[in-house]
Amino acid sequence: MLAMASPAHAVEPSEILSDPALESRARDLSKGLRCLVCRNQSIDDSDAELAKDLRVLVRERLVAGDTDAEILDYVRSRYGDYVLLKPPLNPATALLWFAGPILLIGGGIVVWRQIARRPATPSVAAPLTESERARLQDMGIDAKGDRQA
Amino acid sequence: MIAELGHFALILAFAVALAQSTIPLWGAHKGYAEPMRFAETAALMSFLLIGFSFAALTYAFVNSDFSLRVVYANSHSDKPYLFKIAGVWGNHEGSMLLWVLILALYGAMVAAFGRNIPPGLRARTLAVQAMVAVAFLAFILFTSNPFDRMDPVPVDGTGLNPLLQDWALAAHPPFLYLGYVGLSMPFSFAIAALIEGRVDAAWARWVRPWTLLAWSALTVGIALGSYWAYYELGWGGWWFWDPVENASFMPWLVAAALLHSAVVVEKRSTLKSWTILLAIIAFSLSLLGTFIVRSGLLTSVHAFASDPTRGVFILAILVIATGGGLALYAWRAPQMEPEGVFAPVSRESGLILNNLFLSVSAAVVFLGTLGPLFIEAFTGDQMSFGADFFNLAFTPLMIMLLIAMPVGAAMPWKRGDLPRVMKKLWTAAALSFLVGSIFAMWRSGGPLLAPLGIALAFWAIFGVIVDLAERVKLGRAPAGETMRRLVNLPRSAWGQALAHMGMGITAFGIVGITAWESEDIRAAKIGEMIPLAGYEIRFDGVERSKGPNYIIDGGMFTVFRDGEEIANLVSEKRFYTVQRTQTTEAAIRASLIEDIYIVLGDKQDDGGWAVRSYVKPFANWIWLGAFIMTLGGLLSLTDRRHRVGAPNRAKPAMVPAE
Repeated sequence: MLAMASPAHAVEPSEILSDPALESRARDLSKGLRCLVCRNQSIDDSDAELAKDLRVLVRERLVAGDTDAEILDYVRSRYGDYVLLKPPLNPATALLWFAGPILLIGGGIVVWRQIARRPATPSVAAPLTESERARLQDMGIDAKGDRQA
Repeated sequence: MIAELGHFALILAFAVALAQSTIPLWGAHKGYAEPMRFAETAALMSFLLIGFSFAALTYAFVNSDFSLRVVYANSHSDKPYLFKIAGVWGNHEGSMLLWVLILALYGAMVAAFGRNIPPGLRARTLAVQAMVAVAFLAFILFTSNPFDRMDPVPVDGTGLNPLLQDWALAAHPPFLYLGYVGLSMPFSFAIAALIEGRVDAAWARWVRPWTLLAWSALTVGIALGSYWAYYELGWGGWWFWDPVENASFMPWLVAAALLHSAVVVEKRSTLKSWTILLAIIAFSLSLLGTFIVRSGLLTSVHAFASDPTRGVFILAILVIATGGGLALYAWRAPQMEPEGVFAPVSRESGLILNNLFLSVSAAVVFLGTLGPLFIEAFTGDQMSFGADFFNLAFTPLMIMLLIAMPVGAAMPWKRGDLPRVMKKLWTAAALSFLVGSIFAMWRSGGPLLAPLGIALAFWAIFGVIVDLAERVKLGRAPAGETMRRLVNLPRSAWGQALAHMGMGITAFGIVGITAWESEDIRAAKIGEMIPLAGYEIRFDGVERSKGPNYIIDGGMFTVFRDGEEIANLVSEKRFYTVQRTQTTEAAIRASLIEDIYIVLGDKQDDGGWAVRSYVKPFANWIWLGAFIMTLGGLLSLTDRRHRVGAPNRAKPAMVPAE
């Protein structure tokens, strides 16, 4: 973050479109486009010249009537996938995109098998009566026989 | 002269660490008491030596000794006193010295307070700790010596990066390192236990306080960094999924998992090998974080301290520590038998679920941070994984974690009954649904899912309250009884309650600021009124003044609500004369409901000024939650189980007595 040294001012008032609907689309699009010279910042957050140029470009295309998808395609054709902060789904990125669910399900299965493999509580003693439980609790021990945590 | 002494002390510390990393291991192996006890003497000695070295560097900074290269490059004679001190760690060399200082501090704390740890385990732990110290002291001495002299001596320094001249950022690295380096303790304990081939409830009880301390410090460090970004970077962003942020977030997530799994080892003597693995991973991620920050490998906007040769050195440390640790683990872990049995529905399972969510989310952050690098290495394609990726891939995991949290926390050990627990928690569910509906009516507009997010956050909060009420039998027992139970609740229970509540509170802040933020960007003329989210902001003009080492353009604003003046705010543009750079200080009227956040931009050609105004609802709850989480961690730390008479290891089969 420190290289944002000079004030990170991003969108300048002069760039803003008069049509609020278009402007709001422009902001959303800008948030998904990487500022190529600063890295790890979207063009919406960056005060770099190139980011400004791209912001203006996005707005020009919007005014010309392009759809969001058309604009993203256009920017991508000029700068490559790298410019998209949300990478497209392809074989290389699929693993990253689905890592969460895959790991969660995989881990869940492993955990389940581990737990199921263990014997559950081997024998269940007769439950304590309410008065016994209260007495135990007075001694600072909960009904399971463990000290209270 | 003092600098040379500091350098010399550092070399001595290196020699001491070498001895500490070997002699006690041999002693523990042979069962000789003297060599084992040497570990403590050595640990205290290295702390004194590194402490002296650090003091020497601080002395150089405070007295603006520009014959030292780091002082010349990172300080200036007219810098405020506080930032002369903060300048010590505001650069690569000094921050690495701080790193080993904290490492030595932890070692010294084990030596001083670890009397109840059996001598063998203590000696081995300190030896492993010393190995880490050897690696990092070598790194400093050979690649990043802070005591390098310059000849001729420059007249004045080039100054500290103005963005670093800020109280939150001055405090950020010490806390972060206290956390990063603190995770070396569970690591050392884990390696020592693997060498011994023994992990039991007592072991977990010794590891937990260090993990708690490290995790609490990391929480503070991350929150400070986030808060700094919020008020300093000029548009009120508080988290960017920047690689360097992720680098501190991954160990935080894993440390949180470790905290929970260590409870299971302590109480139920099971999940041992997983806990050991987590301890190794947590510290590896700390090292990875150090590597990412120090190498600049992932060119991030944090790249203020990048140097590839140094990166390779830390990478080697990382590979040896992680690789060695995991190899030892693969060799010894299978011998660790789980003892406690439990049913699929139980607190144990709840904690395992917690571990699953936390470690998968750490893995997702890991892949999003380093994935682009792998993809580039294998396919040559450059990819960006920005905030959108993390929001989509990470957030669902946190949602699941939040949903499960109160249920798991209310579950009894060994065998639980889900319907019964849900019956206990239905009040919490109803209340959170109610709060969500209130927000839906109060804050119309914004995403449709926002009230659900609010309800989820409050589910976590009310879940804690209901569970506490249940434990003290609120309303079901006489008031006196309830009071007595409340007082008798162990500190660790309060710690857990606070930490869980803090999670909910942070989640609430995140939902609020994400869903209902408003923004206005315009070129404002002096006297112009800016209407925004129910407020009117008047731009009163710009005034120039002088700060200690910068010139200020102060944009003055008056905020009105319903025609009534509620605040006068000044947003500063600071021009640092030494570095010739600018920073912005946003004008913030902070409150628990919403922050009014105004930033003065550049002067426009037509005489107006660019003005950005934002209303940020519930922003402060993000950091408030983090603060409460930290408080929870620290409160747990003071629990008497962690302070007095650790259980006697001679009788491992017994339930450890308190």
